[in-house]
Formats: sequence, C-alpha cells, structure tokens
Amino acid sequence: MGIGISLTVNGKAVAAEIDPRTLLVQFLRDNLLLTGTHIGCDTGQCGACTVHLDGRAVKSCNVLAAQAGGTTVVTIEGITPADGELHPMQAAFREHHGLQCGFCTPGMVMAAIDLVKHHPHPDEQTIRTGLDGNLCRCTGYHNIVKAVQSAAAAMAAERSSSPRQEVAS
Amino acid sequence: MSEAVIGKSVRRKEDKRFLTGSGQYTDDVTLPRQTCAYFLRSPHAHAVIRKIDTAAAQAAPGVVAVFTGDDLAAAKVGGLPCGWLITDVNGQPMKEPPHPPLAQGKVRYVGDTVACVIAETVYQAKDAAELIDVDYEVLPAVVRPDDAIKPGAPAVHDIAPDNVCYVWSHGDKVATDQAFEHAAHVTKLDFINNRLIPNAIEPRAAVAQYSRAEDSYTLHVANQNPHVERLLMTAFVLGLPEHKVRVIAPDVGGGFGSKIYLYAEETVITWASKQVGRPIKWTAERSESFLSDAHGRDHVTHAELALDNNGKFLAMRVRTTANLGAYLSTFASCIPTILYATLLAGQYTTPAIHCEVTGVFTNTSPVDAYRGAGRPEAAFVVERLVAAAARELGIDQADLRRRNFITEFPYQTPVGLTYDAGNFNATLDEAVKLADVAGFEMRRQEAERRGKLRGLGYSCYIEACGLAPSNLAGQLGARAGLFEAGEVRVHPTGSVTVFTGSHSHGQGHETTFAQVVADRLGIAVDSVDIVHGDTGRIPFGMGTYGSRSLAVGGAAIMKALDKIIAKGSKIAAHLLEAAEADIEYDHGTFRVAGTDRGKTIAEVAFAAYVPHNYPLGELEPGLDESAFYDPTNFTYPAGSHICEVEIDPETGVTRVVNFTAVDDFGRIINPMIVEGQVHGGLAQGIGQALLENGVYDTDSGQLVTGTYMDYAMPRADDLPSFKVDTQMTPCTHNPLGVKGCGEAGAIGAPPAVINAVIDALAPRGVTHIEMPATPERVWRALQTAKPSRAKAA
Repeated sequence: MGIGISLTVNGKAVAAEIDPRTLLVQFLRDNLLLTGTHIGCDTGQCGACTVHLDGRAVKSCNVLAAQAGGTTVVTIEGITPADGELHPMQAAFREHHGLQCGFCTPGMVMAAIDLVKHHPHPDEQTIRTGLDGNLCRCTGYHNIVKAVQSAAAAMAAERSSSPRQEVAS
Repeated sequence: MSEAVIGKSVRRKEDKRFLTGSGQYTDDVTLPRQTCAYFLRSPHAHAVIRKIDTAAAQAAPGVVAVFTGDDLAAAKVGGLPCGWLITDVNGQPMKEPPHPPLAQGKVRYVGDTVACVIAETVYQAKDAAELIDVDYEVLPAVVRPDDAIKPGAPAVHDIAPDNVCYVWSHGDKVATDQAFEHAAHVTKLDFINNRLIPNAIEPRAAVAQYSRAEDSYTLHVANQNPHVERLLMTAFVLGLPEHKVRVIAPDVGGGFGSKIYLYAEETVITWASKQVGRPIKWTAERSESFLSDAHGRDHVTHAELALDNNGKFLAMRVRTTANLGAYLSTFASCIPTILYATLLAGQYTTPAIHCEVTGVFTNTSPVDAYRGAGRPEAAFVVERLVAAAARELGIDQADLRRRNFITEFPYQTPVGLTYDAGNFNATLDEAVKLADVAGFEMRRQEAERRGKLRGLGYSCYIEACGLAPSNLAGQLGARAGLFEAGEVRVHPTGSVTVFTGSHSHGQGHETTFAQVVADRLGIAVDSVDIVHGDTGRIPFGMGTYGSRSLAVGGAAIMKALDKIIAKGSKIAAHLLEAAEADIEYDHGTFRVAGTDRGKTIAEVAFAAYVPHNYPLGELEPGLDESAFYDPTNFTYPAGSHICEVEIDPETGVTRVVNFTAVDDFGRIINPMIVEGQVHGGLAQGIGQALLENGVYDTDSGQLVTGTYMDYAMPRADDLPSFKVDTQMTPCTHNPLGVKGCGEAGAIGAPPAVINAVIDALAPRGVTHIEMPATPERVWRALQTAKPSRAKAA
C-alpha cells in the first residue's frame, strides 16, 4: 500500500516509502523528524506548517507528501546560514520580540521570508495582509509586524552589499 | 558584573530554539515502540449509550487495544475532580456530578470521550475508531445557560435535575437594595458575555510511558502546571503514588488557561500505557480542540448601577447565570464566583455591591478559566455600566470615572478585597494624553465627512492576580495550595541553575527570572538558567495561571536567593577570617565592610563544594537553597484602556483604528516582555469584542463554530498597532514589587471596544450591542435604531 517518493529537503536528497495519504507536514515531522514545522489546525488556516516548496511558501498540511515528489523543500531548520548565525528574519523576530510561545513562529518566519521576497519594502498594511494566513495567539501581531519590517530592511541591505543567493528560496 | 538588568529589555534566552525549529513541544517527543491513541467522541450533545461494540475495531489492522468507560470502571479509575468547592446560598455544597474520563452510560456534550483506540499509527487508530458501533439513544439537549434553568429543560445530570450546580451570592444585599431605593438615577443593562474558545496554537497533546522495570510512569503533556496535573491524576483518578509518576510539560505552545486542567485524554493514556506495555502518544486535531478544550466566559447578566445626583456611585447589583458546561472542569466553579464577584468594585468607591451567580450545567464543553478568568467578565459589567451611566446622565466619560476613583490605599472594597496600591488617576491621565482624546472630535468629523462613524471608548479595569493566601482561599473552598516554590543552585564555579514551580508557555520566564537572579546575585544573565515544567527536576509548585508567575514564583526565588546570600556570607566570613556581621554582599562579591577584601560568589561556591577550608562543624557543604512563598494578598494590576473605532454604516464593519493601554503593573523587570504580554491580551480582548464567539446550535447541541472557518480568530489585518505605556506603583507585599501583566489586555479591552462601538453608533440611536460586535450585528442595530433616542455624552 506504500508508495515511494524522493525529494530534496534542506539541501539533502531523501527517499521513503509512505502511506499515500501522508501529508507533507507529517512526512517532514514523522519520517524526517524535522519537528520545527508544526501542526496547528486541520483546515489549512493557521499557517504553523508553512514551508518553502520550490521557492514558494506553502502550507505543508495542504500538500500530500506524494505531491512533493521531485520537489525541493526548505523548512525552518534549513534557513539558518551555514555559519550558524540566524537568518535576518529570525534575528529580527528575536530583536523585536515577535514570538512568545514559539509554536506559530517557524511558519510565521517562513511566510514572512516569502512575503519579503515579493514585497522587498513592505509597509505595515502589506505585512498585515500578507501574514493573514498565519495565526498567532500570543503576540497580537504588533511585534511581528515590526520584526518583518526590520528584517525586510536588513535583507535589502544584505542584497545590496553581497549578491549571494538566499538559502531559503 | 554590575550592570543593572532589572528594567532592561533583555532579548529572550528561549528564542533561539524557537526560531530555529529546535523547540521540544509534546508532539515532538517520539519514544521507541510508541503507539498512537485516537479518541472516539460523541457526535451527540446528549444521549444514552445503550451498547458499544468494539469487536471490529479490536480486529482492525495495527490496533493494539480499545478501551471504553466500562474498562476504566472495572479498573476502578475514578472521575476527573474539581479543585474548588463552592458553597451555595443555603450553605449546601455545590452539585458535583461524576466526570468519568471515558463516558459511562451517557454522553453529555458533542466531543465527550467515548472510547480510546490505540494502534501502531494514528491513521490505523482513526480507521479502527470508525468501526466502533455505538448504539445511542439521543436525548434532548440544552446549551444556553438561561435555557438550562427554565422549567422542563433536559437535565444534564441526575443529581442536578434543575441543572443548577449552585446559586451563590456575595456582598451585602440589604445595604445594596436600600441604596437603590434612594438613588437619584439607576442604570440597567442586560448582556451576554460571549463564550470563547481559547485556541492556543499548539493543540493539547500527551505522551505517556510506563516503565515495567521501575513500575513508574512518565507523562509528557502540554500543560501549565505539571505538579497540579500529577497530584490530581494520581491522588484522585488513578490511585497511583506520586513518586511513581513524573509529569513533564516541555515547551508548551500557549495556554491562556486551557492547559491548566486535568483532561480525560492524558489520564486515559497514562493508565493505558501500563495496560499495553508501550508508550502512547495522543495529539488533538484542531477540531478536537474546539470540541474538548475547556471554553471560557459564557455569562448571561443583568446589572444595575445606582448613582446620586452628582454622579457618585451608590450601589451595584448583579445577577449572572454562568454556563459551566457538561462537567465541572478543574477550576470551573470558582471562576464565575470567587474570581468574578470580588472584582465588581473595579477602580471605584461604590460602597454597596451585591452579586448573585447561578452556575448551571448544559450540554456543552466544560467552561473554565480563559485569560482573565472571571475578571474580564467583572470588568465588562463595571465598565459597561459606568459608560452607560455617563451617557444617560450626560457626564463626560473620564469625568464620571474620576469622580468615583479610589484614591487612598490600602482600600477595603465591599466585595472582600483589599487593594494595597494604585494610582488610577495617573493611568487615566496618561491614557487620555497618549490616545489624543483632545483630537478625537476632529478625527470624528473627518471620518464623518467620509461617511464613517467614529467612537471612543474607555475602560478603567482592575484585576486581582496571584490568587492568595492559601489559608484564606481554603476557607473559600480551594482544594489546592496557592504558594510557589523555587530552588537556586549555585554551581561550584559560580554559574546558577534555578528551578521554579511556575511554568512558561510563552511568557519568557527563562529570561525574566534570569534577570531577577542575575540582579540579586550581581552576575551575568547568561550565567543563569531557569528550569521549569518537570516534576522530576523542580520543587512542588502550582504552575502558571492568573498572572502569578513573577509575583509568586519570583518571590519564592527571591527568598531562596536570600538564603544563598546568608549562607554565602557565613562561608565568606570563614574564608576571610572576618565576623559574619561584617560581610556585605555587593554585586557578586562578599566583602568585609569598609575594606577591599572580598570573595566572589564563584570562590565562595567553590569553597562550598570543595570544603577543604570550610567550617564543616557549623555549616553543611554546598550552595543550593530552596524556598516556598505564600503571598499575603493578591496583587492588583490596573489600567486605563481607550479604544477608538471607525464603523462603516453601510456594511457594519468595525475597525479598531487606535488602541491605547496604560497599565500599572508595579515594578517591571523586562519592559519588552511586558509590552508583548499586553499586546497579546489586547488581541484576545479585541477578538472577544469584535470577532470571536463559541456558538452551539440550540436544537442539536452541535458546536457551530468548530473550525477556523467558523470561529473568527484575530488575524494580523484585524488589528492595529497598539499604543502601550505603563505607570508604576509597586506592589507593597511581595519582594519584587511586581503585580502581573499577562491578563490585563484581555480584561481591559472588551469593554473599551464595546464602549467605543456604542459611542460611534449612539448618534444613530443605538444604545446596546452584544459581543462580538460583528458587521451583521452592527448593521442590524443601525437598521432598527431610532435616532431620536440619542443623547450626547
């Protein structure tokens, strides 16, 4: 009853035999033990499971693992640069207290990186609208907005000073 | 290291693991040979279980075991207990119906646990659960508290045929009634405090493991108070000795009250882990969270305020019917009573108050503490009454409040509390300034030109945090202590590990508590680690709820630190050949007063653990001290919140355009964390006022708002950025002078928002709106209102 899939996750080739109904988020958490990607709902609305799939932010509970065969997936564990520093978005969340319990945070960070990719200089409303698909129950979003604005500025500065590829996308 | 760390926005120690996906939440725990549990839940709000046939499920692929209520009864597993005994107006104990972890004979709400299937995978467990044949005889259900007490309503429990758990009252009825007789003006309101569903983003989860070798259990559980969980589960339900059960609440993804309680699921899998001889994991799906997490609020209230000719409050009279749900959750009984009626004085000198509360059973999920727990309900009563009175009398909203503020402390309220400190004028003055109330009229006119209605709403709330003292609470029916415990372990080379009984599930204890310790010991914040959430490591503590962690848990740590310094002084006196009385502790060094001779705490600690030159005859080795702290009083955070809304009369859509919160939390250790707590509370408070509503269908008893499609959680674009500031009057009775800040926003915001909505709609003749003030409700109110009834405020 299992089906075979192979894909690239955080730069590494992985292959597995899975139950066909396995969701991508379950595959990441249960097969690969990448538990940084969280499950907060069962209707595709909280965004805690957001990952990058072929460079796009997707809710990994809305993708069957089988559909992700042959793709490239980046999770929260895959965005920290090799030198061990935090990604500018992670650093900004810490600096601006954009997280409390931390449960929505990986999905929020992944969605925010994607948002800044499409809106390099977002204003407050763009951020609020752009993060509408990610629920946070702790922060009231105030500091998340500040963090994303600050990260966008840092990422723009980084782009202009060094043309290196972003790991996440 | 002597840099001040109190009052500094130190960035959080816990953030790196959360930001890199390295947190360890309960569902991230995977044990060898682990199985998965799935709970079959009742699809009916009220039904007799005639028969359960589990044979097909038992035989399904991957199934390890299937358990029902009969299995638990045969094993003499008890019911889930309630932690607070309320005594009714006739001196009788409240009705306490049994709450079996798996239903026995009857189901009482949609989501009630019926059977537990344990299988190799969660899919196999779910597939097998579908094969369980339950023969239900469906009964009529009742879901609203006011319906439940009507004659002829279906009885949820045989022991409470009228569905009344208790009728309880508080305050001086005679004095209150007399004051109303002589009042120049009486303001009356009827309203519902809407049912809320807590929705921590991490669903509840548990992993239970039984060790045959040690005959002991380890339970990982998403919980706010692991020792309370263990005590209730072992002593009251499973009959296990506490030392054989270790409860670990690891990283917990938000609680807001909903993870205080002992729930059926973790109880069943703990018991079952021994039966099946393998670890068991259970994680709620969000739909299950909606159905089975304890909900909050759900009051129906009639409230009256009596005033004299000068706008002085003479008396308040409140009648509330509180929905307790189908069973008594752990602290359900005390929320609409002890934590509600005692707060009805608010910030005012109202001399006579009487409140009567009828707690009722319904066919709904149990109702218990949710962020604020009784105090938001009380603040809503007080601040809606005050706002309505000001409007009716044509007195300025801020002015009427100022006329009635308590200005002298300590202040004994007529509802049992003694406020130790506060400055209500200061918070209101600052809020008025920060909210630019002076410029509101111009903004209102500008909005009007765009066809929009603007309104300004005030809320001057008070809350009581750090429920205490234990002996008084015991007299009021508490079945638990209310102290907190802390242990400070100075390691031989001077770094420090602190063990606290309180628990962080977002509040940032690992940082704030480290600041407290670093400040007292004069060492670096990075040299201090905080350990919480594991009964195998920490002293017996009561956990985190009611904004108590720093006021109670921090105080326990301060007491332990005092012991560390006292013992360190003795060791230093020996090492320095000085009199103990001459030793002073100053920024990490024990000094001989008036000299430059001293020993650092690291040197003293080393001497304590390598006691070669040590007064062994008089002093034990080691530098590790613990303390328990039982507060003498509550703390009383208070504040003024001002909300400005803009309403589109064509659609009824209400937007919060400005929200200002000026709070008095006493001394503040980490302003960044405190502001974050306020922001989160405001979001939940605004959510209650404008968006969130837990709705059961009155005929079928089905939860209508059972997903994020139907239950409107506040999202980023529903909220504004907030204006937040603080004023400071220190708490007088705890060593840190702190009061607690976790619930303030959820308490202050709902009345501020609704008062703003009414202010905006008043020119169109609207005087009342229920929460949540959805576009539909606002639009309907505008359609049916009569403009001529409007009065300027």
